[in-house]
This record gives sequence, C-alpha cells and structure tokens, in this order.
Amino acid sequence: MQELTGAQALVRSLEQQGVEVVFGLPGGTILPTYDPLLSSSLRHVLVRHEQGAGHAAEGYAWATGRPGVCMATSGPGATNLVTALSDAYMDSVPIVAITGQVGTGLIGTDAFQEADITGITLPITKHNELVTDVERIPAAIAEAFHIATTGRPGPVLVDVPKDVQQATAPWRTADGEWPPAMDLPGYQVPGPPSEAAIRAAISLLLQARRPVLYVGGGVIKSDSHADLLRLAELSQAPVTTTLMARGAFPDTHPLALGMPGMHGTYPAVAALQEADLIVALGARFDDRVTGKLADFAPRARIVHADIDPAEIGKNRKPDVAIAGDLRLTMAGLADALAVAVGDGGSRPDTADWLSILDGWKRQFPLRYSHHADGPLKPQYVTERLSAMTGGDAIVVAGVGQHQMHASQHYSFTKPRSWINSGGAGTMGFAVPAAMGAQVGRPGELVVAIDGDGCFQMTAQELATCAIEKIPIKVLIFNNGFLGMVRQWQELFYDERYSSVELGTAIPDYVKLAEAYGCVGLRCERPDEVDTVLDKALTRTDVPVVVDFRTHDREGVFPMVPAGRPNDEIVLGPEFSAEEQRAATRREMGI
Amino acid sequence: MTTHTLSVLVENKPGVLSHVAGLFSRRAFNIASLAVGPTHDERVSRITIVVDGASTPVEQVSKQLEKLVRVLKVVELHDGAAVERELALIKVRADPALRGQLLEVAGVFGASVVDMSPTTLVLEAVSSPGKLDALLSMLDAYGTCELVRTGRIALARGAGVITDGSPALTAIPDHAGSAA
Repeated sequence: MQELTGAQALVRSLEQQGVEVVFGLPGGTILPTYDPLLSSSLRHVLVRHEQGAGHAAEGYAWATGRPGVCMATSGPGATNLVTALSDAYMDSVPIVAITGQVGTGLIGTDAFQEADITGITLPITKHNELVTDVERIPAAIAEAFHIATTGRPGPVLVDVPKDVQQATAPWRTADGEWPPAMDLPGYQVPGPPSEAAIRAAISLLLQARRPVLYVGGGVIKSDSHADLLRLAELSQAPVTTTLMARGAFPDTHPLALGMPGMHGTYPAVAALQEADLIVALGARFDDRVTGKLADFAPRARIVHADIDPAEIGKNRKPDVAIAGDLRLTMAGLADALAVAVGDGGSRPDTADWLSILDGWKRQFPLRYSHHADGPLKPQYVTERLSAMTGGDAIVVAGVGQHQMHASQHYSFTKPRSWINSGGAGTMGFAVPAAMGAQVGRPGELVVAIDGDGCFQMTAQELATCAIEKIPIKVLIFNNGFLGMVRQWQELFYDERYSSVELGTAIPDYVKLAEAYGCVGLRCERPDEVDTVLDKALTRTDVPVVVDFRTHDREGVFPMVPAGRPNDEIVLGPEFSAEEQRAATRREMGI
Repeated sequence: MTTHTLSVLVENKPGVLSHVAGLFSRRAFNIASLAVGPTHDERVSRITIVVDGASTPVEQVSKQLEKLVRVLKVVELHDGAAVERELALIKVRADPALRGQLLEVAGVFGASVVDMSPTTLVLEAVSSPGKLDALLSMLDAYGTCELVRTGRIALARGAGVITDGSPALTAIPDHAGSAA
C-alpha cells in the first residue's frame, strides 16, 4: 500500500471525488496541501479574497448542480469564508470548504492564525469536522461530499490541522473503489414520499377551483422542472416561482405568474392570497413570500412537499405533508395526476380561475416609465438584456434593487439560468458567484447584474477573472446609492436619507475595470443601451464591466411592506389611486 | 409555558454537545436542565434535555435535532410515561440540637447522609424532580449552605426502547436491541 501524507491523501480524495476545480487562497497552515495540488489534475483558481472563493464555489454549484469546492488557510482565511458558508446554508447550496488549522499541539493556545472555525461555523454548516487523525482524511472528504450533495444540500467544512496534513498513512482505497466506507450512522438520505400522501395531494388538486403551484428552489436542485411542467399542464394550475426558483418554469408559459412575495408580481401575490389550494413544492414559506404569516393565503388548503421534514409545518401547517425526495415526489405527483386524468376522470376545472388571473396580468403588470431621452431605467436595461440574449444567459445578481429588477424583468426559461443570494441576502455575491458559474459552464454567457454598492464589496475578483480568462460580463446598475436602503428610508423613514449615498463617480468604474485588465464601458442614455450591451456581450475573451448610470430615484414595485399582510401590496407610482383600490379590493366571482 | 423532556442519542464525538445546545440557544430556548453520559454502547452518548417552551417550537427543535449528522435519535418523554430522576447533594446546617429532626426529614425522603461535620451535614438525595423540590423546601428551614443538583435523566416506562424502529441505529453494528 502506498504511504501518503495527509495533504496528498486530501488532494487524491478530491480527485477521486471527481472535483475539477478548487477556488482558494493559500496560507501557512494549508501550505502542505497546496504542494500536491500543484501536480494534481485539479484546477486551482487563485482568488483575491477568500470570500470570493466561497461565493465562486456557490456560483459553480448553482450553475452546474455539482458541489463547489473552496480552500483557505486557518484564522482569517477561514473566517473570510464564513459569509459564503452562511449564504450557502441559507440557500441550500452544496459546497465543501477545506481549511487549514494550526497543528494539533497548538489548538486552543491562541496560536498564530488560529480560529475555532468548526465552532464558528457550527450553526451555518450542514456539518463540519476537525480531522485529527491522518487516517480519516479520505473518509472525511467522502463524507463531506456525501452530506453536502444529498438530502437537502448545504455547505460542509473540513478543518485539517497542519501536522495532520504532514503525517503519513497508507492509502487504503483501491482505484475504482471510491468512496471509502463512511461512518455516518445518524445521517439518512430521505427516500421516496408516501404514496398515500401523493394520493391525498392529487385528490385535493382535482377538487380545487383556485389552485396555485408555489415552486421553490428545491425544484431546481432536484432537477424536476420537467415534471413540474407536466404537473402544471395536467392540472392547469398556475405556477409561481420564488426568487430561488426563477427558471424552474418558463416565464413565457401561459400558466406562469412570475415571482411571489415582497416584490412579487401582482398576479402571483394575489393568486396565493385567493387560492383555495396551494401546492408548495420545495419551498419553505419564507417571510419574504408570506408577508404577515397569519394573513397569508387565508382560504387555502396546503399541500407541502419538501425533502426536509423540518420545513414542513415550520411556518404554515399543511393539510397534506409530503416529506421525501422531491424528484421522486414530483414524478409521483405528475404520474398520479396523469393516471387520474387519463382514466376518464375529469380534468381540474380551472378555466374561470385562469381567466381571472389573465385579467390581473393585463390590469396589473410590472410597470415602469421609460423615455427615450432618459433617465436610464434599470428595468429597461434588464428587458433589453433579456431580449438580446433570448433568455439564454446565466444571470447572476447581488442583493438589492438590481436583484429584484433582474428577477422581475428578465424572462427566465430554463433552470440554472438564475443565480443569486436569496435567504442570506449577501451583498457582494454577484461578481465571485458569476466567476464560479463561468468556470462551471465555460463557453456560455454569464452576466452579473450588480449594484454599485454590492460591486464594491467583492470587485477584487475581477483580477482573478482577467488573469484566469474567465470572461464574465458585469452590468453595474450604478445609481450612486445603496438603492434598496434608500427606498426603505424614503417609504418608512420619512425620506430621511441616512448614510446611503455612495456617489456615482467614485470609483470610475470604467477605469477600475481597465485597471483590472477588463474592458470597461459606460452607458448613460436609453438609446445607447443596445449598442453597449452588444459590445459587452460579444467580447468572449475578457471580462467586461459596464457602468450603467441608472435613475437614482427608481424604486422596486410592487411592494408588500415588511411584516404587513400580502393584501396590502403597493403597486407603486406607475398606477393610479383607482387602480390601487381595484387591486386591493378584489372581487372574486368564484 | 410547559416543560419538555427530550432524550437524544448521539454519537460520542467531539463537538456534538455544543451543536445540540446551539440549536436551543439559537431559538432563544432556555435549557432548564441537561445531563450527558455514555450508554451501554461506548460509541453512543445520551443527552437528556429539559426545556421550557410551547409545544410547537419544541417539536421544531426536535426536527432540527434529528437533522444533525451526529444525532442518532430524538424522542420526547412525556410526564407520567417516563421515570425521571435527579441527584442532589445538599450541605445543610445541622446544629447538634436539631440534628435528630433533620435526620428524620432526610429519612422520610430517602436521603442519606454522606458527610458530617460538627455543624453541617451533606445529604445525598435521588428522586423525582418534584419530590426533590419538596425535600429542598423542607431543608430551607434548617439552612441550606450549598446545593448541587444534576441534570434530570429519564427513561420511558414499559418494554419499549428508544432505539425501536430506528434505522439509524441498526447501522451501528452490535448496537444492543437493534442489530441482533
């Protein structure tokens, strides 16, 4: 048997696991592992800040469905991963983080660059482990990937002390025998759903007059979008896709309602409020979707399907709970419905419901004002991007107004074409996540839509992109403000603008892009948008940054104020008082 | 607000206790009592947690506990359906004139004397939490100098075993009662 150092075993384990790329930045305690990394089959992308490595691993996982891997040294290297781990935990993104740790003899002594990273990340990882025995490295790595990618996915951290990387042990796994035996007696991967629950759900669906399929990120993670389409068409139930699920169902489909929630479309928000049945599929009744929970969908019965039993009943008590593998659940639901409908059974009668929803779509669409001579609107830029890419780009967003405008106005038609920070709301997510997505899907068009506030938090990864030839496009919606915060101060703090103005001119984003070896472009007027976008999208050799000088007063609407009932949805300044009244006082004929 | 007793089987590995405790603190639950010790299988420890809280959030914490990779099994033990015990050591003032009375009180509660000085006694009492509270309030009249009380431990009454019907535990070879 070959004797390997812990570091060699770690790198070989990653190879065995099928990892193709690691995002990381070396330092003292992870140095032993960086040595065999040099002669391995793994691509290492050297980031400029470890947070970038974490978000890149996330972007890679979102875009490919395969686990992303990031690596950092102990102490500050490891703590710089914390935001990304927290982000991945909130959005159930499968990533594996490998950190160096001070030698076992130094642990607990406040040694140089020591941080208790397993302690720090305990509440924000699905699992973590401090490996103290060199013999355990292969199993620890295999378990990390198994846990990260099965069941409800999530981040796993493996912390390896320097002396454990340097110690040696025989490599016991023969070729083709990966993974080695795992020691996880308390970990079960959820199996198929109960057939009785599927039958109960179908029976409710067949009776419903006003059903809504409320689709969450689980549908994308379980690759069950095809079954979703089947289920929707067989049941003729309208579909709303959450921020985590944009692209799970084509926005171009007649049954699509768009996004629900705080900045959801009126038809999606109102449909949930008026529904008599909500079928929640891989969604978790997040407060940004439900508004004030007690007033959410007051007349609806609930079918809740999720892979995580702890989500079922957490916020809203279901009438039918379907715990189990979501892919099997979706297939089971679609199959059972096909049988029920095909057996001479009658199709659900939703025609009246759909015609009401179509009326709402016409009456209360996403609306913004646009004039050829300006100001430049972020919604317009997004719509032009959507049209010019035919919905074929992978769109990555940070957090804030630009994120909402992107999710509302880009027309998503396929899964894994929308990547953002949902649960955690991590500003600075877009540039590094786009970098990871582009590494995972080279040759495809990856466009980050970012705010000027977000962009400045992680812009250093443009250097990584330029040097590693990762040709992402970054569209900065530069309104010179922390726009969403400004919007809240305008609406809820009496227009007292406290510490939200960033200024549009500093930094000069064009020069900054050029300094980083990227192409820098600027667009200030609506009539330039197509030309500039065309210039940006056709550069496939280098990263491109576009400084869109967007209107600084633009808000995101519709909006349900935080903590308020969804029925208090505000359509925004583009709608008259009369229209707002009509939207609030819905007359339901059915 | 009611009290809930959760019995949690975990792998005997570092960090498990803080992970379990963290799930409670994260939801602002107060842990009223905590007892941890090995089981007859050295790879498995048993944690008994008593928490104050409404039923729904406690059920939610149980589900979150079940998700922890090192947690093998979680059950809630209900009042009346479980045997519950706590151990207390109590140092109580025992002037010679009152010592006889004090010993009588101790005898009623089945507490035994484990140390004695000219002015104090140390009593050892093992009993249900309610009976222990009654003893402690009796002793207050004499002057309790010091008290140490273990976390509550509990077992379900009857022939049922915590590992019944749990596939997790059959994965541990030779785990008594499940993988025979």
